[in-house]
Amino acid sequence: MIPINYYIALSAILFTIGALGVLVRRNPLIIFMSIELMLNAANLAIVAFTRVYQILEGQIFVFFVMTVAAAEVAVGLALIVAIFRTKHSINIDEMNNLKG
Amino acid sequence: MTPDLIAFFVLALIAIAAALGMLLGRNVVYSALFLVLNFGTVAVFYILLDAPFIALTQVSVYAGAIMVLFLFVIMLLGTETLPVSKALPWQRPLAFVLALILAGEAGYLLFFRKVTSGTIPQPVQTFGSPQAVGQALFNQYLLPFEVTSVLLLIAMVGAIVLTIKEKGGQGK
Repeated sequence: MIPINYYIALSAILFTIGALGVLVRRNPLIIFMSIELMLNAANLAIVAFTRVYQILEGQIFVFFVMTVAAAEVAVGLALIVAIFRTKHSINIDEMNNLKG
Repeated sequence: MTPDLIAFFVLALIAIAAALGMLLGRNVVYSALFLVLNFGTVAVFYILLDAPFIALTQVSVYAGAIMVLFLFVIMLLGTETLPVSKALPWQRPLAFVLALILAGEAGYLLFFRKVTSGTIPQPVQTFGSPQAVGQALFNQYLLPFEVTSVLLLIAMVGAIVLTIKEKGGQGK
């Protein structure tokens, strides 16, 4: 059978790639996708632990994480669209003033 | 090498390759499609971990709804590729160093300190079945479930308010 370590290591690798994406890329859409990747990596770790310890609550928690992620994406993409309307660019280096 | 392990490694390779493709892709549309592939592989992991309900939620919510929303916004803005910026030139190498440190720490904790141990036990009948998840969700966790609906409503209203054009011509 598969050791739990393998799943957690995979989750850690995916999380690292997501964190790297947030730091390296300059496109807010890709930064958003990297955040989704990190949430997903955390979900994978939770489901793996849920399976090992046979606790169903972990899956319920993952379900709620997914719902919150969906809400976050809706609001975040709406913000990106609003910023694009005012600045005609979504380059993250130009988002440096609060008044818009 | 048991069939389980072979399946795990093949799927893990696909998941990591798709994540790297998302990270390195020049075009945002390709990045989004790579991320869909990654979510699909993670859904297969969920099935391997006896969580069919979560796997189907993953496919329908993440790979379906969220990524379609991303693709819509990409098409709407028409900014598939951005020019490489020259601001903060030291940030990129620093980010790679920090990511290496993070991965190294995780590897040290997992494979040298052995903070997690044990193997995935034999499957138990009905564990993680949609029926069991629904029973827990609608009995024990009914209040959080209802709060979630309010949260989604607020997110929907917020998205509409943020993107609506003001009447009177000038548009925000």
